[in-house]
Order: sequence, then C-alpha cells, then structure tokens
Amino acid sequence: MQQTVFGSLDSFRKGSIEIIQGKAENYAFSNVFEVASLAPPYQKTVVGKNLKFVVESLRAEGDSPWFAAAHDEFTVVMDGEVTVHFIKPATPGSLAPADSEGTVKLDGQPEGQSMGYVKLRRGHQALLPAGIAYQFRSVKPGVVLVQTILGPNSVEKWAEICLH
Amino acid sequence: MDTATLPQNVSASQPDAITGYRTFRLGSFEFSRDAYFATIRWPVKGTLHSHQMHADDFLRAMMRDIAWGFFYGWVNFDEVLGTRNHYGKVDLYAGSFNASYKDAGVDYLEQFETPVIMATFKAIMQDWVNEGFDPFAAPEETGTAFGVKHGDNLAAIDRTRIATKRMPGLDGDSPLRDDFPINRQFVDVAQDEPEIHAEPGFEKELHAFNLFKYLSRSDVTWNPSVTSVCKESLFCPTTEEFVLPVFHGNDRVEWFLQMSDEIVWDVGDKNTGEPRARVTMRAGDIAAMPADIRHKGYSQKRSMLLVWENATPNLPKRYESGELSPYPVQF
Repeated sequence: MQQTVFGSLDSFRKGSIEIIQGKAENYAFSNVFEVASLAPPYQKTVVGKNLKFVVESLRAEGDSPWFAAAHDEFTVVMDGEVTVHFIKPATPGSLAPADSEGTVKLDGQPEGQSMGYVKLRRGHQALLPAGIAYQFRSVKPGVVLVQTILGPNSVEKWAEICLH
Repeated sequence: MDTATLPQNVSASQPDAITGYRTFRLGSFEFSRDAYFATIRWPVKGTLHSHQMHADDFLRAMMRDIAWGFFYGWVNFDEVLGTRNHYGKVDLYAGSFNASYKDAGVDYLEQFETPVIMATFKAIMQDWVNEGFDPFAAPEETGTAFGVKHGDNLAAIDRTRIATKRMPGLDGDSPLRDDFPINRQFVDVAQDEPEIHAEPGFEKELHAFNLFKYLSRSDVTWNPSVTSVCKESLFCPTTEEFVLPVFHGNDRVEWFLQMSDEIVWDVGDKNTGEPRARVTMRAGDIAAMPADIRHKGYSQKRSMLLVWENATPNLPKRYESGELSPYPVQF
C-alpha cells in the first residue's frame, strides 16, 4: 500500500500552479508548514480568508499568550504535540466583548477556574469554546490551524507567503 | 421499483423491454440509459438535441448532486449537462455554460422547484444503479455500472452530507465514526484519540477528537461533510480518490487545504469552460478557488482534503453584481 503522506515543519513539499490564463495570485496559494516555519511563535498568520472568516497557521513553540473570543473557534494540530489549557472566567463574557469577532489576546493569565486541558497530536481537533480563555503549550515546535474570524491579532502578509 | 412506488411529480416510463431501465421526463428534458450510456435530450427550435455520458460517470455525478442537495452554485456533470442551485429552485441546463453550445444557440435551461428535481433525480438513481455498483465509491472499491438492469443498491445511494451543528461527537451533534472500518488506503493513519483531562464539572465542555482518524473511516469519496462551525464558516473535510465526479463552479469563493497526499485541480472558466490553470496541492498547501471558475480534482491515492465554505446566504448576488471580487485577497 502507498504510504499516507502528511506534512511537517521539517518535511513538506509545496505544490505548484501551471497557469494557462490569468494570474497565480488569484489562488492565494501558500503552505501552512512553510508559513509556520518562517513565523515567530504563535503569530496568527492568515492563510485563508473568506470575507471576515479566516484560517490561521500558527507555529506552536513554548507557551502562547492566553486567548479568548466571543464565539467558538477551533484548532487542528498539523504537526507536533500541543496541549491546550482552558480557564472559565469568574465573570461570564468578561474576556471578549459580546459583539466582538476574532481572537482577543489577554493580558496574562485570566482570573477564573481551570477547566483542565486537552493534549493534541497530529490530526487532532479541539473546540475552543466561546467565552473561555485558552493557552497553547508546546515543548517542541509544531503547527496548529485556527478557524476563526479576522481579528486585531490576525496577521496578513499575502505577498510574502503566496505563489506569484 | 413498480410504478406505484414512484413519488408524485416523477414522470417515468415502464421498464424498457430490452434494457430493463425506465426513461424519465423532467420538464422538457428526457433521461434514458442503456447498458453503457446515459442519454439526455432537450428541445431546441422545434428539434431535439441530445448528449451522452458514460453511465458510471453520470451516476457518480448525480449521486453527488443529490447527496449535496444541489450544493453551492453550479454542479457540472460534464462540459454540457449540469445544475445550478438557487436554494429552493434549481436550474437544469444543457450547454448553457459551454461556449460552443451557447454561441450556436443550442443550449437549453429549465428551472424546477427543488423537491421536484430532487424526486426525479432520486428515482433515476433508484432505477439506474444496479446491484454491486456504489456511485459514492472509487472505481477500485466497487463493481460495474454497466449492463442491463440487474437489482439495485438502495443502501449505497441513500447517504448524504453529514450535517453538524457545532462539532462531531458533542452531545446532540453528529456522531464520530468509531463503528466504521478504516479505509484500505488509510490503514497507516494513527487511530489515537486526544487526551482530555477535564477538571470535575467540565467533562462536557472540553471537546476534542482525532479528525484524521475520523477521515480515515469515511466510507465515501468526494463528499464534503461539516466538522466545525464558526458562525457561517464551515470546515467540510472529505476523502478523495480517483476524480471529482463533477466540475464544480461555485457561486462564492471557497478554499482547499490539502491535509494529506496530493490532488491536482483542473481549473476552467465558469461560464465558458475554457482552461485556466492546473493547481497541484500537497500536504499543507492551501489555495482559494475564485468565484469565477469551475474546478475538478484528481487524486491518485485516497487523500484528505479540507474544503472550507462560507455559508452566508446572500453571497451569490454580491459576487454576481460585482460588489465582491471573485478573488478573495489582493496583494
């Protein structure tokens, strides 16, 4: 049987575009491992954008800031081993304004009750529930995707990351 | 299927004496099949025009259109035949998005209420899919679509897209796939689940699962199914093998993130079908499919693909009016 090929920070083979008509830029083509390999830890680099919605690629290395959002977010580990720790704030809705969208970066560890943690390896997906603070921790470099909405901490650098 | 079991609004002939298949009418379209081909006829200027597809290609395409509830935008069965979803109504067309047919004025389009076209398409599948052929499977996984009518495969054609409210495995949400076998081409995919260490009282609030395990147990090909919902942002991963049975022209931008292995996408102009690009995507690659193209994927090995959709309802009008660019980012 043919081996199933996954990518990693150390081993990825970026694809390509053969243009017949039009421009390569129209496809906003990047590779999440390449993006994460060139970014500082936990920079929320936007690799997919559909109006206000985004997919971000993050290099997981060490402890991230504490994050929260007013809506559900999701993460998928693409490489490495990442734990996500969760804190329920003492006052519900206190971490991100109710009508806000995108990820809020919190100032240090928030007040509240520890909900526990999940330990994720490649291919594992976790819910980052609305209104809950979360922190990524990773001993070795890894890559996580975040499904969320464009926010003040989302970094767009398309010209640097995309084929053109 | 005897005539008594045909749903209302479905017009079907008696089974043909030689092939055993029924012929169906939908508006002015006629669908018939024989041992090898599906034949579609439509009226133009007082005469009938016709088009043929290999029966297996036709049934794989129609299977997706049914399972997806006509999906987003245009579902081209091939370069001539297809449907366009208006979410409540559906256009069925022949040649309307083919430059040569359009220029010659031999294209034809008719609009139907969704339940009417859906009932007819399902009746066609019930009649035309034989025992041993699974139109949702890759060719290596299933038997032949060809020959005269022999039996049926109702179980295989009854599967639909998984509807997920928030994330699979949550209470009251779509189930995980622990009861499904691992696909033969994913037997090397790790089956470990995430460790969930919830503090007392939070057992139901922390949630994680092995997405790659879930995908390794998908029993169908080319069937985007929702696994996470962030407002109108939908992650719809699927497992792909052989070719996407349709040439999908979306009425909005969508994105692909290749999660394993490799897919090559043929990209053409949405309206004329003229080739624009071939996009090769390997693990970790992410690319937009602009709103003015159609695409068809080729996957030599069964691969994991994340299809990412924006389900906001008013998008088709905003793209069509030019308010939104067909390209999601400018740089």
